[in-house]
Amino acid sequence: MEIQKAAIAGTLESSDAQVSVEPLAKGIELSIESSVMNQYGRQIKAAVLAVLKDLGVENGRVSVVDKGALECTLKARVECAVFRSMGISDKNIPWGGVVK
Amino acid sequence: MIPRPRPERFRLRRTMMFMNAQKPGLIKDAYIYGVDSIMLDLEDAVAENQKDAARFSLYHALKTIDYGDTEVIVRINGLDTPHWQEDIRCVVAGGADGIRIAKCESAQDVKTVEEHTLAAEREFGVEEGRTLLMAALESPKGILNAAEICAASDRMFGVAISGGDFRKSMHVQMIPGGIEINTARSLMLLAARAAGIQCFDTMYPHLNDKEGFEAEVRQNHEMGFDGKSLINPRQIRYVHETFAPTPKEIANAEKLVRAYNEHAKSGVGVFTVDGKMVDIPFAEDAKRVIALAKACGVYHGDL
Repeated sequence: MEIQKAAIAGTLESSDAQVSVEPLAKGIELSIESSVMNQYGRQIKAAVLAVLKDLGVENGRVSVVDKGALECTLKARVECAVFRSMGISDKNIPWGGVVK
Repeated sequence: MIPRPRPERFRLRRTMMFMNAQKPGLIKDAYIYGVDSIMLDLEDAVAENQKDAARFSLYHALKTIDYGDTEVIVRINGLDTPHWQEDIRCVVAGGADGIRIAKCESAQDVKTVEEHTLAAEREFGVEEGRTLLMAALESPKGILNAAEICAASDRMFGVAISGGDFRKSMHVQMIPGGIEINTARSLMLLAARAAGIQCFDTMYPHLNDKEGFEAEVRQNHEMGFDGKSLINPRQIRYVHETFAPTPKEIANAEKLVRAYNEHAKSGVGVFTVDGKMVDIPFAEDAKRVIALAKACGVYHGDL
């Protein structure tokens, strides 16, 4: 998948994460801000990169503001932001396919 | 991934608590409250421009969180919206126990949802027929068609009235005692019992009016409802207590069942217990009370 325009998903409420994506010519540029950075920064980074890999996203600027989200929430927000950036978040989502 | 066992069409459903599927803080620990069913909501609680995000959040919650014995139902968007078809795909792929059809008005509405549910089960390799259905009746038309709605599908386990929308469509306000809605409740109860499915009352919106809430719960129980929709965990306990058979009812039911068993052995169909006539229907009802007491965890006898 290719990030086509800037998109955002999630909120800044407790237990949530806000994920923004925007197009980038080459490579992934990931920035993370988290209320639990010291304890979980590495896991958050690994989880986000794993989702991007599953989705086949190779280029893009991704920024995560984490408010203590569980991994399943983080995944949901990254996926939603990427699908929104392509304008295909409303239907025919490949549940169980690249969204797993 | 957490595989959930095949849902039971008939089980204890005294309480169904609504949870916004878009709010991770709510859905991550919904099972700890001891509610019988949780109702993850894709409909009214989710803003129109967040329907897509709510589905991603719901899908991963269903796949990741172990809800244990708590039943997981999802309220999908109405059939007059552009959202319900994707809602069904998401719910079935995620493996929820059942779907609540919002604003149901006819047997055809149930059949439409059933068709799409079956298609989604095939698409995602989910056992055919696994996903249960229930319908929310929110309009006069829905109430008047309750009989055909209740009997529309083998997947149907129950119907619920949705008070807010129903009162709006009748141009009435909420009145203590429920004179404005009790006819609809009664019609729905009759239809549900005629079809052999369960029946649930609407949620009580005034969180700080404990007396009003408790009075409504008692009335629900007296009218014959199986359970009630809730919007806050602190409403759970009172409903569970009220819907459990009392020690007196249990003792009485035990006596009836024992007497019935003894008489049945000697070929007697009708007899008296404590001066009251008892025949087969009484014994059936007594067995239902014992089964309910067991399910509520308040039966300690040996029947």
